[in-house]
Amino acid sequence: MDRRTEMHRRERRRYVIGYGGSLLLTLIVFSIAHLFGIETRDVYLAIGLLGLAQLIVQLVYFLHIDRRRSSREDLDLILFSTLVLLIIILGTVWILGNLAIRMHIHPM
Amino acid sequence: MRRAPPQSYPGINLGQDHASADKFAEVVTFGFWVFLMSDLVYFGLMFAIYITMIDAQAGGPGPHDLFDLKSIFAQTIILLTSSLTVGLAMLALKYNLPRVRIVFWFGVTLILGLTFLVLEIRDFMAMADKGGVPQRSGFLSAYYGLVPLHGLHVAAGCLWLIVLGIQLRIMGLTDLLMSRVVRLALFWHFLDLIWIGIITIVYFGGLSYG
Amino acid sequence: MTSTGSGFFGRLSWDAFPVSGLIENPSANEIVANAAAAIVVIGVIVVVGLLTCFRLWGPLWRDWLTSVDHKKIGIMYIVFAIVMLARGVLEGVAMRAQQAAGPGDGFLEAEHFAELFSTHGTIMIFFVAVPFVFGVANFLIPLMIGARDVAFPRMNQIGLGLTVSAGMMLMVSLVVGEFSTGGWTAYPPFTGAAFNPGVGPDYWIWAIVVSGVGTTLTGINFAVTIYKLRAPGMKFMRLPMYCWTIISSSILIIFAMPPLGVAALLLAADRYLDFHFFTNDLGGNMMNYANLFWLFGHPEVYLLVLPAYGVYSEIFATFSAKRLYGYNSLVIATMCIAVLSFTVWLHHFFTMGQSALINAVFGIATMLIAIPTGVKVYDWMATLYRGRIRFSVPMLYSLSFLMLFVIGGLSGVILANPTVDYQVHNTLFLVAHFHNVLLPGVLFGMLAAYNYWFPKAFGFRLNEFWGRVSVLCWTVGFLLTFMPLYFVGLMGMPRRSFSYSDPSFQPFMVVAIIGALIITCGLFSVLIQLWVSIRDRDKSRVPVGDPWDGRTLEWSIPSPPPPYNFAVIPQVGDRDDFAAAKRRGVAYPTPDAYEDIDVPRNTGIGFILCVLSGIWMFALVWWIWWLVIFTTILMILALIVWSFDTNNEITIPAEEVRKDHEAWLGLVHSTVAVDRDHEVVSENKGLARPDMEAAV
Repeated sequence: MDRRTEMHRRERRRYVIGYGGSLLLTLIVFSIAHLFGIETRDVYLAIGLLGLAQLIVQLVYFLHIDRRRSSREDLDLILFSTLVLLIIILGTVWILGNLAIRMHIHPM
Repeated sequence: MRRAPPQSYPGINLGQDHASADKFAEVVTFGFWVFLMSDLVYFGLMFAIYITMIDAQAGGPGPHDLFDLKSIFAQTIILLTSSLTVGLAMLALKYNLPRVRIVFWFGVTLILGLTFLVLEIRDFMAMADKGGVPQRSGFLSAYYGLVPLHGLHVAAGCLWLIVLGIQLRIMGLTDLLMSRVVRLALFWHFLDLIWIGIITIVYFGGLSYG
Repeated sequence: MTSTGSGFFGRLSWDAFPVSGLIENPSANEIVANAAAAIVVIGVIVVVGLLTCFRLWGPLWRDWLTSVDHKKIGIMYIVFAIVMLARGVLEGVAMRAQQAAGPGDGFLEAEHFAELFSTHGTIMIFFVAVPFVFGVANFLIPLMIGARDVAFPRMNQIGLGLTVSAGMMLMVSLVVGEFSTGGWTAYPPFTGAAFNPGVGPDYWIWAIVVSGVGTTLTGINFAVTIYKLRAPGMKFMRLPMYCWTIISSSILIIFAMPPLGVAALLLAADRYLDFHFFTNDLGGNMMNYANLFWLFGHPEVYLLVLPAYGVYSEIFATFSAKRLYGYNSLVIATMCIAVLSFTVWLHHFFTMGQSALINAVFGIATMLIAIPTGVKVYDWMATLYRGRIRFSVPMLYSLSFLMLFVIGGLSGVILANPTVDYQVHNTLFLVAHFHNVLLPGVLFGMLAAYNYWFPKAFGFRLNEFWGRVSVLCWTVGFLLTFMPLYFVGLMGMPRRSFSYSDPSFQPFMVVAIIGALIITCGLFSVLIQLWVSIRDRDKSRVPVGDPWDGRTLEWSIPSPPPPYNFAVIPQVGDRDDFAAAKRRGVAYPTPDAYEDIDVPRNTGIGFILCVLSGIWMFALVWWIWWLVIFTTILMILALIVWSFDTNNEITIPAEEVRKDHEAWLGLVHSTVAVDRDHEVVSENKGLARPDMEAAV
C-alpha cells in the first residue's frame, strides 16, 4: 500500500469524523429542543454551547484549522476576525439595547 | 525525521515539481480566506441586526408562529451532508480517483445544495402564507435580510459548482482548476458554519426569546 | 411608492434633465446647476474629441484600459482622483460662496445646497481620497517589497473599474436627475422612501455599494500581496513604513467596508422592497443605521490617513537623509491605531441618547487613539532632528502637514469629550475639525506622494516652482477657509445650513470664501505644475531612477520601471536596503544570470465590468427593471466566460531582460552622481552621491 493511498484514507477519515461529530451535535441540539422546549434560559445556553462546539469541530475537521505551522496564518486571521466581530456585534447589541431601554422602543 | 510533505491546504498536493503552482495556490487560497472573513463580517452584522430587532415584531407574526423546526432540521442535515460530499469530491480529485467517483460526489453535492434551496424557499412561502413577509415588521425584515442572504450564497455555490464541473470536463485536471476546487470547498464549508450560526441564533434564539 | 416606474424607461423622463428646469424657471440656482451639467457634458465631448483627433483610442485601449500592470492601474486611479478632486473643490467653493453671500437666501436654493454638500462629501471621501490612496499604494507596494506585481493583478483591474463606474454615477447625477440631499452619511428616515421618494438617495446607495465592492477587492489584494509576495529576506520588520501602513489600511478595509455595504443595502431594501430596517413605522429603527454607518465610517478615516502617515514617514526619512526614527514604535503605533479604530465609532453619535456610561467608554477609547498618533508625531520630529533637511516640495507638504495636523488632532481630542461634543455637535466646529485632519492629513500626504514618486512613475521630475506655489496656496487657503469655521462653530452655527440669520457669522464666512478661492488657486497650480513639467520634461529627466537619494527598493530600479519591475528579484538584507547598499557602495549590482519573466497578459474584464456595472446602477436608480436583469446576467456571464480564459500570462525572454537591464546599468555607470543639495537642477539624472557625513 503506497503513501498516497494511506494519506487519502487519513484525509477521508478526517472528513468522516468531522461529519459524524457534527451530526451527533446537531441531533443532540434538536432533541434537546424537542424534549425540553427552548423557552428556558438554561436550555438555550446549552444549545448555544453545542452550536459553538459544532463550529469548532467543523473548523478543525473540515477546514483543517489547527495550530500546525502551515495553517497558523489562517488561524491568526480567524482569531483576529473573531475579535473584530465580537467588538462589532457586542457593541451594536450594547448600544442599541441601551437605546431601546432608554427610549422605550418596544413596550413589552 | 517524519516531517510530512508541506501540505499547507487540504487538496494541495502538487509536490516538488510544481513549486510555482504550489506558491500560486497558497497565495490564492490565503486571499480567499481573507475574502471569506470580509464576508463573515456581513453575516456578523446581519446577526447583530437580527438580535437587536427580535422585539420589533410590530404586532405581526413572531418566531413561534412562523418557524418550522422539522423543515429546519432537514435543511441542517442536508447542508451538513453536502459539506461532507464537497470534501470527498475534493479528495477524489486530489488523489486522481476514477472519473465516475469525481462526477458522483460533485453531483451529490449539487443535488443536496439544490434540495436545501428548495426546502428553504418552501419555508419562505409557508411563512408568507401566514403573513410573515418582510414588509410586515422590522423583525421579519431582519430575518429576510439574513437567511436569504445565506441562501443566495448557497445558490452562488451551486452555480460555481456547475461552472467548475464544465471546466473540469473541458480542460481536465489542471493546477489552476484544482486550486479553484479547493476554494469552492472552503466556501461551502464556510456556508455550513454560517448555517450553524443561523440555527442557533435565528431559529433557536428566536424561539427562545421572541 | 408610486407606480410610475412601469414604463420602458422606468421613471426616467424629460423632467430629469436640468435643462428642463432652466427653460421653465430661469434663476441663479438653475444656471449654476446647468453650468455644472454643461461642464460634465462638454468635458466628455472634449475628451472624446481629443482622443479621436490624435488617434489615441487604440493606445488608450491597449496600453491603459486593458492593462493589468499595477503601475498603470495606480496611475489611472490617481488621474481619476484628480478629476474628481477638481469637482469636489469647486463644490466646496460654491458652498462657501453661498454662505459668504450672507444672512438671507444667497443665490442657491436649499435643495441645491443640500445636493452640493452631499456630493462634496461623497466625492471627497470615496472618489478622491480612496482612489488617490489606492493609486499611490498600487504603484508603490510591489516596488517597495521587491515583487513583480500585486497578488491578483486582474482583480486589481476589476477594483479600478468598479470604483470608476461608481464615480461616474455621481457625474451622471449632475446631468440626469438629482443627487441625494442627505449628506455623505445619508441618514434615514430622511433618505427613506417616505420622505425622499426621488432618485437622489438611490444614486448614493448604488455608487457606495459598487465602489465598496471595488474597495474591498483592492484591500484583499494589498493584504495578500504584502503578506505573501515579499522579496526574499524582506522580513516584516524590514518592510518600509509605508507598507506597514498599507497593511493596517487593508485590514481596515477588509473589516470595515462590510458595515457600509450592509447599511447601504438595507437602506436600499427599505426603499425598493418596502422593508422596515430604518423606517419610522412597523419596528424600524433608524438609530441602527447611524450605528452601522459609523462602524464603517470611523475605520474609514484611519484607512485614509494611515497610508498618508506612511508617505510622510518615507519623505521625512529621505529628505532628512536619516533613518526613520523609532521604526518599531511607529509599527506598533500603526497597528494600535488599526485595532483601536474599531472601538470608537460611537463618538460620531454621542448625542443619540445612550447612557452616560456608554458615551464615557467610547469617549475614553477615542482619546486613547491620540496616544499612538502622538507617538508618530514625535517620531517624525525626531527624524527631522539633526538631519540634513532639504526643503523640496514633498518635504514642504510634509512640514505643513506636521504643523496643521496637530491642530486638527487636538480639536479631535476636544470633541472626544462627550460633554463638549454635546455643545458643538452638528456645528461647523466639527466641519473644521475633520477638514483639518483630512486636508493636511490625507490630501497633503497624497500630493506629497505625487510630487515625490512622480519621477519614478514617468522618468522626469515635477516643476519645483509651481510645486512650491501649490504648497503655499493649499496651506494658506486651508488656514483661511477652515480656521474661521472653528470660531463660527463655537458660536453655534450649524453645519449644512444654506442660510443663517445671525449677521455676526458673515465676516468669518467672507474670510472662508477667500480661503476657498486660494485653495482653488492651489488646485490650479497643481495642474499648471503638471503642464509645465511635461513641457520641460527634457530638462528634468532622471532615467537612472534615484533623484532624491531614496532609501527603499523602488529607487533602485530605472525610472520609469520596466513592466516586470525588477530584472532580478533583489535579496534584502536590511531595512532601507537600498540606502544601506549605497552606503556600502554595492548599489546597482550586475546580476550573474537572468531568467524568463512571466507578466500577466492584458484583459478587458475590468473595463467590461466597469461599463456593465455603470448601466446596472443607472437602471436600478431609474427602475428600468428589464435592464437591471439583463445587465446582472451579463455581468455573471462575463465573469464565467472570463474564468475559462486560463492563458493569461506572457513571457518576456531572459535575453530581452538582460539587454534592457545592461543598457540601464551602462547608463548608471556613465552618469555623473549629483550631490543631494543639487537635486532640483537639471544635472540630476537620478544618481545620488551618497553623503557619508549625514548618513546616520
